Amino acid sequence: MLNQLRPALVLLVALTAITGLAYPLAVTGIAGVIFPAKAAGSLIERDGKVVGSSLIGQSFTSDGYFHGRHSATTAPDPADAAKTVPAPYNAANSSGSNLGPTSAALADRVKADVEKLKAENPGQPVPVDLVTTSGSGLDPDISPEAARFQIPRVAKARGVPEDKLAGLLAAQVQGRWLGVLGEPRVNVLALNIALDDLARK
Amino acid sequence: MTLNGWIQIALYCAVVLALVKPLGWYMTRVFTGERTPLSPILAPIERGLYRTAGIDERHEQSWLGYGLAMLAFHALGFLVLYALLRLQAVLPLNPAEQGAVAPDLAFNTAVSFLTNTNWQNYGGESTLSYLSQMVGLTHQNFLSAATGIALAVALIRGFARASSKTVGSFWVDLTRCTLYVLIPLCIPYALFLVWQGMPQTLGAYVDATTLEGAKQTIAVGPVASQVAIKMLGTNGGGFFNANAAHPFENPTALSNFVQIASIFALGASLTNVFGRMVGDERQGWAILAAMGVLFLAGVAVTYASEANGSPVLNALGLSGGNMEGKEIRFGIAASALFAVITTAASCGAVNAMHDSFTALGGMIPMINMQLGEIIVGGVGAGLYGMLVFVIIAIFVAGLMVGRTPEYLGKKIEAREVKMAMLAVLCLPLMMLGGTAVATVLAAGLAGPANAGPHGFSEILYAYTSAAANNGSAFGGLTGNTPFYNTTLGLGMLVGRFFVIIPALAIAGSLADKKTLPASAGTFPTHGGLFVGLLVGVILIVGGLTFFPSLALGPIVEHLAGAAGQTYSTGG
Repeated sequence: MLNQLRPALVLLVALTAITGLAYPLAVTGIAGVIFPAKAAGSLIERDGKVVGSSLIGQSFTSDGYFHGRHSATTAPDPADAAKTVPAPYNAANSSGSNLGPTSAALADRVKADVEKLKAENPGQPVPVDLVTTSGSGLDPDISPEAARFQIPRVAKARGVPEDKLAGLLAAQVQGRWLGVLGEPRVNVLALNIALDDLARK
Repeated sequence: MTLNGWIQIALYCAVVLALVKPLGWYMTRVFTGERTPLSPILAPIERGLYRTAGIDERHEQSWLGYGLAMLAFHALGFLVLYALLRLQAVLPLNPAEQGAVAPDLAFNTAVSFLTNTNWQNYGGESTLSYLSQMVGLTHQNFLSAATGIALAVALIRGFARASSKTVGSFWVDLTRCTLYVLIPLCIPYALFLVWQGMPQTLGAYVDATTLEGAKQTIAVGPVASQVAIKMLGTNGGGFFNANAAHPFENPTALSNFVQIASIFALGASLTNVFGRMVGDERQGWAILAAMGVLFLAGVAVTYASEANGSPVLNALGLSGGNMEGKEIRFGIAASALFAVITTAASCGAVNAMHDSFTALGGMIPMINMQLGEIIVGGVGAGLYGMLVFVIIAIFVAGLMVGRTPEYLGKKIEAREVKMAMLAVLCLPLMMLGGTAVATVLAAGLAGPANAGPHGFSEILYAYTSAAANNGSAFGGLTGNTPFYNTTLGLGMLVGRFFVIIPALAIAGSLADKKTLPASAGTFPTHGGLFVGLLVGVILIVGGLTFFPSLALGPIVEHLAGAAGQTYSTGG
């Protein structure tokens, strides 16, 4: 095995330099020139401040904003670093709930949310994506049905007519890629920014 | 299920099939040492590497020499990666100030990337520095993929050659695969991913102030360059904890489609390399057909199960299928498809949380891995795993008609069948043995996050994924403990090398044999009968071995869920 040592060592060092340094740095350099905004994380600035990334969901809880999906992300517990506490849309620690199909915790959580949403908008079927957590905990999107479901609440909180919000929402719906791939969706942050712009005018 | 969902699936199959011939043509030229369109640029680099390393390009190795070279290379690679993870806190390119990786986690992660498993007990954005991600993980993603392909090529040479003592040079195969195949594909691929929205920066994590005034720290990094090889090399280890479900690691439906196509691209094309090198492309298509049958059956079950949703949640008046743990931009069809592909190949990337799949939807990924990931499989690993099953199928066929079995003119004798069985048996030993140990020890039982049969499934999935070198998980399992880090690490080592070494031994003994001309008594191995026989042998071997454990996990959970039963961790 000893006579294999020189080729092993040289190839390891050389291929490390090529694949671990030259390749990622070359891609970083080229991407920084041709797609600078995307390479930096598709950040959105408003009034000179970074308010988020167009690809990363953020937590919305007030009645006057459209809400995203449930997020199961956590953060270290400030009181005890070995434990974690819920921290929705923690974009430095992505994760899902990992609750299985026969989990009582999942069933109880969904049941409570379904009841709450039914009270908020009686008579409408509850969209499944509003009561389930996303895989990353950072899903930026909701389905168009889930956005429409929230129009009455947002309209009431903002004092804006519902049909005006429906028009705003319709402009934000993104279809499938070439009509085939993926699912129709609405970016919640973009929708809420459009909502704030409406109020500014 | 929707028509659109099936159109996405059909489109996927068409794209992968279209890639098989061109990539197969190109890779055959690379591994037979012929000139390629990229030779003018790459050949000087290649020659320089050989000169520095003292490698004679024309010197070939016996199967034993080939195996020893591979092991020496891996032993060194392990030491370097382990040291890098332990020392990352004092090394450069660490803007998030990540601390040293703990010894047991560093062992697990180093083994995991070395063996092309990429099990994620580490948390990506919360554990690793940019240097560890690039020099440690991106680099091992290349080399473990190149190793898998090199070994498959060595085994192909075993079938293709006659009366030869050698199976090729590991150093040449490794270098050529990295330089001519992986890097040229990864550079445009990574740039495409950035165009879709994937970050590629060495800058620090970004602090944003959300519309509601809260602070949000957004992890970024050199993501695209790592994801390109993670997919193409069927590695699967995420830059981020949530892997390809993370919007930065899979921004759009199009990036998702290209990612799943790239998981199968090289593995499927290697069947064509096989056909070309043994001089009959139909042999490659027959193997791909057997893979395709098993693949489509898996897709149909998982997609149907996820689209029907969980009975427990449907009872609350919900419709629209199982969206727990899935992302809106992919939806149910693309998430189910991804889960089947990633476990059919030994990729292990996920775009949805398998732990939250329905019982049957989550069972198919387990079965895919338990069959040895021979449905296209990991780059190289899938083909040599499948060829091991081919030997067993041929042996069974030979027994049925009472003739000495032959494949491609090679007599399949006791030595080959023994080695094939060794490779086939080490997987259930580690999968079922590991699960059995973990379910009786307190350290193992501390792992599952879910109660009832699903908790058992979490443990079974972990040892299955480790031994199969997949790397996906039922992520609720707390695997970052000394017990799981160590036992899963051992599972990965056995699952990788106890398949590789017997496969190489088969290559050596086949290369040494004469090639017999086909006669009227030769069983044709390019037709439907052979494909059916092969699929049957795979299902019988896998089914008989794993059915009891599946009955205790997903099958009983499916029945319990249909009856409305739930399980709580408190009681």
